[in-house]
Amino acid sequence: MAATVRLQREPFDAGSEAAKLRRGRGDIGAVVTFTGICRQDEAGAPLAAMTLEHYPGMAEAEIVRHVEAAERRWPLLGVAVVHRYGRLEPGEEIVLVVTAAAHRQDAFAAAEFLMDYLKTRAPFWKQVELAGSGRPRGKIWVDAKQSDDALADRWTPRRAAE
Amino acid sequence: MKLRYFAWVRERIGKPEEEIEPPAGIATVSDLMIWLSQRGEEYAHAFENPTVIRAAIDRAHVRADAAILGAREIAFFPPMTGG
Repeated sequence: MAATVRLQREPFDAGSEAAKLRRGRGDIGAVVTFTGICRQDEAGAPLAAMTLEHYPGMAEAEIVRHVEAAERRWPLLGVAVVHRYGRLEPGEEIVLVVTAAAHRQDAFAAAEFLMDYLKTRAPFWKQVELAGSGRPRGKIWVDAKQSDDALADRWTPRRAAE
Repeated sequence: MKLRYFAWVRERIGKPEEEIEPPAGIATVSDLMIWLSQRGEEYAHAFENPTVIRAAIDRAHVRADAAILGAREIAFFPPMTGG
């Protein structure tokens, strides 16, 4: 199966990534494209920018492991994951997940599974710069959300090894 | 072995990576965190709440009770916030 995993500073084009997966394929009946976007606020505070730190080498390997897990679980016909790192401003894309399958249920489920795992298992850390208030309020590391752990856990009967 | 630190663990320790040779008797990731936290205030600060710190050995997630024997690279970092 065609799988693309890429980490990059540059923006991506969700439409062209989805088109690449489908090119020349008559067996694909469903493509799900998810784009995660940098919001203009973090917990109610206005955001100037967000910086994503990652663990080079491990981040890509970890995403590939989860793509392989998704392939074992659903009959996928294509997967693309692109994750950005570096400094991003509100409105910029952070992450792209594209899944292709014969039927929509498999494409939807695999995309959600991949996003839930990316949130909690891929070695990326978000740091936000808050805007306004005259005095710079500095940079703040975003706390992991228990709700994200719960979403990732629903895919396994027992709690993920951690 | 090489140690790598990320996000606020890196900031608290004040460096992204270093080479260390832990003494005999340091068998697990948990032992290593305890030993590191005794190396100075910055390490003590980074590892003050070891239950929240995540670790990876040779770029794969491990639990705190994982053996470090033979590890080439051990990384410490906070819970991940990607996606």
